[in-house]
Amino acid sequence: MTTATAPAANKDAPKKEKKFRGVVTVNREHCKGCGFCVEFCPLECLDLEADYNAKGYHPPFLSQPEKCNGCDTCGLYCPDFAIYGYREKLDGSAA
Amino acid sequence: MSAAVRENPADKYLRKERMPSIWCPGCGIGTTVNCFTRALDASGYDLEKVAVVSGIGCTGRVAGYLKLDSFHTTHGRAIPFATGLKLARPDLKVVVYSGDGDLSAIGGNHLIHAARRNADLLVVCVNNLTYGMTGGQVTPTTPQPAIASTTPYGAFEQSFNLPHLVASCGGVYVARWTAYHVRQIAKSMGEALQKKGFRFIEIIAPCPTLYLRRNKLGEGLDEMKFYQEKSVVMNGADTREVSLDFRDEIPVGKFVDIERPTLEEAMESQLSKALGAKYVPYSLPVKA
Amino acid sequence: MSNANSSGVLTGSHYLDGDHACSEGAIAAGCRFAAGYPITPSTEVVERIAARFPRVGGRFLQFEDELGASIALLGGAWGGAKAMTVTSGPGFSLMMEHIGYAAITETPCVYINVQRAGPSTGLPTQPAQGDMMQARFGSHGDYRLIALCPNSPQECFDLTVEAFNLAEEFRVPVLVMLDEVVGHMTEKVVIPPAGEIPVSPRRWTKKAPGEFKLFEPAEGSLVPEMTMPGEGHQIHVTGLTHDERGYPNMTIAAHEKMQRRLFDKIVLNADRIVKWEEKDLAGAEVVVVSYGITSRVAEKAIQAAKEKGVKVGSFRLITAWPFPEKQILEMSTKVKAFVVPELNLGQMSLEIERVVGGRCKTVGVPHVGGTVHKPEVILNAILEAVR
Repeated sequence: MTTATAPAANKDAPKKEKKFRGVVTVNREHCKGCGFCVEFCPLECLDLEADYNAKGYHPPFLSQPEKCNGCDTCGLYCPDFAIYGYREKLDGSAA
Repeated sequence: MSAAVRENPADKYLRKERMPSIWCPGCGIGTTVNCFTRALDASGYDLEKVAVVSGIGCTGRVAGYLKLDSFHTTHGRAIPFATGLKLARPDLKVVVYSGDGDLSAIGGNHLIHAARRNADLLVVCVNNLTYGMTGGQVTPTTPQPAIASTTPYGAFEQSFNLPHLVASCGGVYVARWTAYHVRQIAKSMGEALQKKGFRFIEIIAPCPTLYLRRNKLGEGLDEMKFYQEKSVVMNGADTREVSLDFRDEIPVGKFVDIERPTLEEAMESQLSKALGAKYVPYSLPVKA
Repeated sequence: MSNANSSGVLTGSHYLDGDHACSEGAIAAGCRFAAGYPITPSTEVVERIAARFPRVGGRFLQFEDELGASIALLGGAWGGAKAMTVTSGPGFSLMMEHIGYAAITETPCVYINVQRAGPSTGLPTQPAQGDMMQARFGSHGDYRLIALCPNSPQECFDLTVEAFNLAEEFRVPVLVMLDEVVGHMTEKVVIPPAGEIPVSPRRWTKKAPGEFKLFEPAEGSLVPEMTMPGEGHQIHVTGLTHDERGYPNMTIAAHEKMQRRLFDKIVLNADRIVKWEEKDLAGAEVVVVSYGITSRVAEKAIQAAKEKGVKVGSFRLITAWPFPEKQILEMSTKVKAFVVPELNLGQMSLEIERVVGGRCKTVGVPHVGGTVHKPEVILNAILEAVR
């Protein structure tokens, strides 16, 4: 913690063959569309939906699933506990 | 989405039946709570032994959303309530979670005295530079010349530098972050949870509905980007150097991390020194 | 009811002032947490607590002000301890918000107020009974609580024990309303053996987490059971209007339900709470109603009136709130008048007037405080009342 830059992207973001994939879960109806998760996703793999939820907000979705490494930065930023990320082993079990 | 969906790691710390919260879109309070849940998770504490105490206001609602023994007290009095709770229940970890107006204006006297006596409390102060719940009035932390509903022509008083206030009164752990610094907040909260004595973490957070709107500063997200751009990490800085000015740089970091006897330790040590064998130490309440 | 813990009880005959007797009463009742802020004429209570608590396993802390002290005890009470604070005059005004908080959160606790003459700083070292209506309605909003009025050091001991017991039984803040004279008067106080002092333990729930609701009245009662933090109940306590789980609920229906029960648990249980002392009521044509130090001054006036052939009885309020309505109402159909001396310009006399509803006369004997009545003044009021 010596600089004020964005939280570091996961260093083991794989260039080589992936052993896991990132999963993002969104509770659409609890989202208030603040956009924190989209803005601060270190791998820029989220976007806001064009659709609205029942309260009239645009919830996020994983627009680039191949880039997500499940670091859960979105989950830490979310003020409404409406999104979180995790890693899933490519054989199907959770990492 | 995967078939084996995991639970949100925050969920087990939340009263989910009370969600969604009352907080506005783009408010930073929820983000800090999210960080707090991660710090609790990492601490490995028995959650039955963690109690949270809040005062009044937007941040005062935190107690009502955390699935812990939780107390939503009166305006400004979270710290003395928590001091009483901790003295009666030294087995509990007691966390005070409240806002800048609650803790530093109406509750200012308790803040300085709890720091002075080193009450064994972790105090999380979400500083959004305004009174949110009542509609955006000026607080002791509103920087000059920000507009508030009760300073419509701009704030004209010098604002509090909270880390300096708490450090100079004797707080043993003093840090400041912004809501942008999520991992640092979680780490700081984790560190502070492990420590004893009066620990104070200030978190600068956006109030989009009142502070930002009145000052034409955009949305919560714009403010988070502003924090990203303007924060300067100054770990170990002299707290005299970390005051906040309107739209200027934001000094963040861990400023103080020292040890000294807590209120309870000092009380016990003095009483047993003075009374010797006649001293009967306090014991936890038992169910008769 | 169980009995006091013998380790803390100062069994025997003592020469104590009312303030110190309150401290001993608290210890005997099992109070082991106190918060305070010094203010004349109540300071001796916390001074004795500060000296005695470390010898009986209690914790006392002097806070930075009455605002802090008056909520720190609630933190202690929710922690599971029996807790109290003490104050006077301006301090009582500062504590009002937390008496309301204790009422809405149904926190068992005791506030002792040694009344001095006001308003404001007034006469800090001199007596009055000017806080009687403040004791009843001083915090904003509407609620009911219990207030007791000792008239001797012995009763300061007894009623402080009683206050803790009532606080547990009804989950309510209980006020012990001394006046400066009673607080500073030194007399013999007999403290019984611990085994003879009845003490109400906290009514801990036996229900499991998930089943227990912190604000749901126990079966067959209007009062909920208690628990404490650290037991897995994940309780939530708020000063907002709340439902039975303690969760904020901003509806009129929730407010109605909560408020009615807070009111009913005291008002409908008045018969279990109200205590008084009566003398010579049979055949009395006039009854002197008094409390605290004034009841002792009135004794002399009553004696003098009897010597003049007046049939005069006395009714001393031990419980001020809830008010002994039934007893006053019953007497009002039999007597010509109530004579009500008090160290204020008319507070409890207003309540008597209300209950009496014109069935007989209510003759107030007001006094601004600073000292006590001259017995002749009360005597004259008695003689006037029967004319």
